[in-house]
Amino acid sequence: MSPSKPTLETTFCGIPCLNPFWLASAPPTNCGEQVMRAFDAGWGGAVWKTIGEPITNVSSRYSSIDWEGRRMMGFNNIELISDRPIEVNLQEIAEVKRRYPKHVVIASLMVESKRESWHEIVQRAEDAGADGLELNFGCPHGMSERGMGSAVGQVPEYCEQITGWVKERARTPVIVKLTPNISDIRIPARAAKRGGADALSAINTINSITGIDLDTFQPNPNVDGKSSHGGYCGPAVKPIALNMVQQIQADAGSVLPLSGIGGIGDWRDAAEFILLGCSTVQVCTAAMHYGYRIVEDMQDGLLNWMSEKGFATLEDFRGMSLPNVREWKQLNLNYQIVARIHEDLCIGCQLCYTACWDGAHQCIHLDRTSPVPDTTRTPAMVEIEAARKISTTPIPKLDTGGAKRISTVTPLERIPRVDEHHCVGCNLCSLVCPVENCITMERIDKDIPAESWEERVAKGLVPSGAREVMSTNT
Amino acid sequence: MSERVPFPEQIAATSKVAERFGDLHPPLDRQAAVPEANRCLYCFDAPCTNACPTHIDVPRFIKKIASGNLSGSARTILDANILGASCSRACPVEVLCEGACVMHRYNKQPIQIARLQRFAMDALHESGAPLPFEPGAETGFSVALVGAGPASLACAAELRRRGTRADLYDARPLPGGLNTYGVAEYKLPLVESLREIEMLAQLGVDFHFETRIDAAGLAELEQKHDAVFLGIGLGAIHQLGVTGEGLPGVTNALDLIAGYKSGSLTTIPNRVVVVGAGNTAIDAAIAAVRLGATDVHIVYRRGPEQMSAFTFEYEHAKNEGVKFLWHVQPTGIHGSRAVEGIELTKLESTDDGSIVPRDGSEFVLEADLIVLSIGQATHSGFLSASSSKSGKIQVERGRIVIDRATGQTSNPKFFAGGDCTNGGREVVDAVADGKRAGVGIAAWLEAQHVTV
Repeated sequence: MSPSKPTLETTFCGIPCLNPFWLASAPPTNCGEQVMRAFDAGWGGAVWKTIGEPITNVSSRYSSIDWEGRRMMGFNNIELISDRPIEVNLQEIAEVKRRYPKHVVIASLMVESKRESWHEIVQRAEDAGADGLELNFGCPHGMSERGMGSAVGQVPEYCEQITGWVKERARTPVIVKLTPNISDIRIPARAAKRGGADALSAINTINSITGIDLDTFQPNPNVDGKSSHGGYCGPAVKPIALNMVQQIQADAGSVLPLSGIGGIGDWRDAAEFILLGCSTVQVCTAAMHYGYRIVEDMQDGLLNWMSEKGFATLEDFRGMSLPNVREWKQLNLNYQIVARIHEDLCIGCQLCYTACWDGAHQCIHLDRTSPVPDTTRTPAMVEIEAARKISTTPIPKLDTGGAKRISTVTPLERIPRVDEHHCVGCNLCSLVCPVENCITMERIDKDIPAESWEERVAKGLVPSGAREVMSTNT
Repeated sequence: MSERVPFPEQIAATSKVAERFGDLHPPLDRQAAVPEANRCLYCFDAPCTNACPTHIDVPRFIKKIASGNLSGSARTILDANILGASCSRACPVEVLCEGACVMHRYNKQPIQIARLQRFAMDALHESGAPLPFEPGAETGFSVALVGAGPASLACAAELRRRGTRADLYDARPLPGGLNTYGVAEYKLPLVESLREIEMLAQLGVDFHFETRIDAAGLAELEQKHDAVFLGIGLGAIHQLGVTGEGLPGVTNALDLIAGYKSGSLTTIPNRVVVVGAGNTAIDAAIAAVRLGATDVHIVYRRGPEQMSAFTFEYEHAKNEGVKFLWHVQPTGIHGSRAVEGIELTKLESTDDGSIVPRDGSEFVLEADLIVLSIGQATHSGFLSASSSKSGKIQVERGRIVIDRATGQTSNPKFFAGGDCTNGGREVVDAVADGKRAGVGIAAWLEAQHVTV
């Protein structure tokens, strides 16, 4: 392990960064006062709320999905780009850069799709002192109806052309922010790269309707009884973002320095994006939920983890997980795991049992107290037996030991049994189990060499008709 | 039938005494209920459901609270337990559903099942919606139910849902038996019991109040009806059999509890001694404290390990300031015109395990009121006198012997359930007995009809 303390300092396409934590272009970076407070809290950079011709916003702009008592697991907005004049935003950028010269300020830009308009805004943003430019080709609501935002990001030709116009004038790095509202993120990524982009950021928000009010029949967020599709973000979108990040980083035609965005709320999320190749990460929803202060633990936690793992810099682990993401056809078909239930931890909820019967492969059974294994007893049979049982309130005097109903030891009959011969190793039981490490997936293939579908096809072990089914769209 | 005044309106407005008996477990509000409901793991073949004598599908009604389907939640509860609101308050859930919750083995607090159940039932009552069941198509059968306590009410509900007429006979002016008159007010207020029975009455149950059924009356009922259900509970509280027991100032726990609940008893003297250490004794002792007694003792022949009260009841009593005297036996009641004290003799164990009084250990505990709570007598005498032509009703140790699955007695036309069959348990046990008997009677009547 490295004796020296690790550092979060890094560079992003030539821009020196105090740390990889940037605030994404969004309400938390609306004005200079906010950005300076964010820098004081520890954010290494900020992508300014998108600058363009001022717009008019609607009232009621956000809505969210709560999940079993936790608020804002998914977040949605129909707010547009900055509603403040371009010159005010640029003056404030200049002010922030003067007072925080080591912090990164990226100007997010969106103007009409005319060469002169882009040339002009690029010139003005750089004159104000921005360290780089982020082209907002991703905003999915409102602006797209006016031919901007995702209307550009969704058409590779526009994406390439506008990136090219910007590059004609830009002296600082040009980052293209991609929309996820396409079928293959690599297509616009390649277009941006062809257009000369220095870096990419992904993902922007996902088209969404967060919900309908069951009393008024109106969708959220409610604007005078109506709503419009908005941009979805927050913890719910992280898996989608990680996949798109990996797709970009694994594609030679797309790969560029990448700023990861999508559901990042803590250092763990950040580490995952960096392991898939991101150089910096951008945060919005978590900061909107809890405030700028969340960056303290993002720094502290990531540094502690790096110390534990022996990483001195972000480059030591950046992209480390990319080789582990493969195409399905390259996965080892001879790898075999089965579920093991650890009796000492089992609380007897039997969620694994019902999940295996209804959602998987019917190989978990409630026969621990049967004289012989019984794989024919169905959940319905168990329920009918239970309904027939007669229970009474235990009374200390009348029922010896009966009042000790509270048991800290799970009765054997409530601990399910895995039929390992039929278990396919799908993981479902271990996923539904509420107790950590109670169900573990154990490897049982012994001394069988790895073999993938691709290899089986190459060896001629696969009937010809089945081969094409597995081909992918690379 | 003349216009009936709803049961909750037949009692006097809440007395000042009731204010001293606030909820032991206050209700949950929506914002507390929903996260609590979401904590439920939704176990398969759930231990809570198995532990409940009425087998309420607990995970199902809890998930309905989480999803906001409160009417569905209440229906799930009532479908299994027609006194679901009463039971949510009166049940000793620590040894039932909540005691069985798997969370105990997860190092977490069990799901607050009782409070969630009350939340769903309160929501139904507040909504003013009717009972979510309809009477079944009339079969023409008629069943007499003796006693209008929880067992008979549950039995009547099952019968009505199956289209069988149910006539309930009770000696008291209001229905519910001990559910109405015998549960501590801080658990189940009298008015809540009546509210629930009022709802049940929507199924078309015929009540005959202030009607005491004796042996001759029972024979008459047998003749008039197709079957008879005995939900007669237990009899009077046992006497001590010591001198001075007839003095004013000697009462029993059931009279004390019924008295303050119905408003006829509003004050209590300072020094109260409760004899016995069962759950009813605890209820009486705590009631004495709440009514204003300054010095309340429970005296018991044996030690805390042997008392029949639940541990949490014992803890509750201690928290209320009730004092316990163990290993003492009342050997006399002192007083000239009224009770002045109770003579107690210390008991000690001998080598062979029996307990004997220690000579010369007598002492007098001063008291103004002595409350007996040493178990109830049974009605076995009344039953043995009523041997009918269709057969005798078998009784063992004072309890009516039944087939647990159907409630049927040794006389096939007679069914029974509740305290008169189990020797005295909880409201929920009586409801479960009554429910099984209701299903059993309907099935038996149908089978009789088919063979005719």
